Amino acid sequence: MKVSYFPGCTLKTKAKELDIYARRSAEALGVTLEEIENWQCCGGVFTTSNDEIATKLSSIRALKAAGDKGQPLVSVCSACHNVLKQTNAQFNNDADFAFRVNNYVKPDEYNGETKVIHYLELLRDVVGFDKIKEKVVNPLTGKKIAAYYGCLLLRPGKVMAMDDVENPTIMEDFIRAIGGEPVIYAYRNECCGGYITMESKELAAAKSKKVSENAKEKGAELIVTACPLCKYNLDKHAEDIPVVYITELLAEALGVKE
Amino acid sequence: MENKQNVCNEIIRRSGVNPRKCMKCGKCSGTCPAYDEMEYHPHQFVYMVETGDIEPLLKSKSIYRCLSCFACIDRCPRGVEPAKIVEAVRLEVVRQQGNNHLKPNDLPEMLDVDLPQQAIVSAFRKYTK
Ligand code: SF4
Ligand code: SF4
Repeated sequence: MKVSYFPGCTLKTKAKELDIYARRSAEALGVTLEEIENWQCCGGVFTTSNDEIATKLSSIRALKAAGDKGQPLVSVCSACHNVLKQTNAQFNNDADFAFRVNNYVKPDEYNGETKVIHYLELLRDVVGFDKIKEKVVNPLTGKKIAAYYGCLLLRPGKVMAMDDVENPTIMEDFIRAIGGEPVIYAYRNECCGGYITMESKELAAAKSKKVSENAKEKGAELIVTACPLCKYNLDKHAEDIPVVYITELLAEALGVKE
Repeated sequence: MENKQNVCNEIIRRSGVNPRKCMKCGKCSGTCPAYDEMEYHPHQFVYMVETGDIEPLLKSKSIYRCLSCFACIDRCPRGVEPAKIVEAVRLEVVRQQGNNHLKPNDLPEMLDVDLPQQAIVSAFRKYTK
């Protein structure tokens, strides 16, 4: 099966592991990630105001490119996924916004029908965690792994609709599928500080520390994330505990890492 | 005075938020990860925009402290979505000429080898127009 893929700027630069292992693992599971042509950076964060047009055009173009091929649009980076999905929702809920952005893609307009799915949803809903379990050759047996959702994978819950926004299970189920032991801790869906690291290192440090301290306290040996900025903040400002990308663990478990 | 009300009306329109739905329970502020660094908290943004008390917000550093974590959106029991008001107030400031909060010249000293592009583009998206 083929799906459209939006890697995003960070996966081409500082988070190459997130990208490379996503492609390799998907391939091993029978899914080809087809990078859409001429994609542009999503901007990293969604601007909620309904009169913001220009900053959402890159998402609209990506959504349209996938829609033209009749494929769902998959991304791995939590931030790209969040921006694409929120933009798609705004397009579908706000006719004035849809009209305005379509002025920039005319004459061939976007119809709002592209399905936006995160890589984890691809694993859960398209491939299936059971099938992944069967394909695991190096199970992470006994490894205590803390899933870090952060903000962008889940919120706003009404729009992202990936999982229960306060009691998610998708990452823990993923960890089980690759043989690991998920660690549940309170801060798994609290903010790491995000881009505030550019504005106040102290605030980013305080937020990240709470996350990693809490994960360690609950016995985690490792934190997994799908977000390059979460990884950065945790690595930079927080407790001494390894933080790895979901795709890297998956590739390792599937035996396609090297 | 009238002008202040116009600014508030525009902020309300742009955000799509109805501040009158707020019951002032403070849950948004209680869950806000930036609470300690904010002079005005999310529930105060909602109330101050509703009542036309906009000037203190436009001048406050609090508009640059929101992390866009959307926690207040999901945890408000009345569906007010305070983060959208905070953003609409910030846009009122940074959209004006000369008011960019982050400038390209500030960047070199902020960079380190691990800093992901995502941090830079996100900060520009929030602090600069
Ligand atoms: S949580 Fe909602 S209802 Fe409560 S103070 Fe905040 S905006 Fe108002
Ligand atoms: S979105 Fe902003 S205002 Fe709302 S809880 Fe998060 S940091 Fe606070």
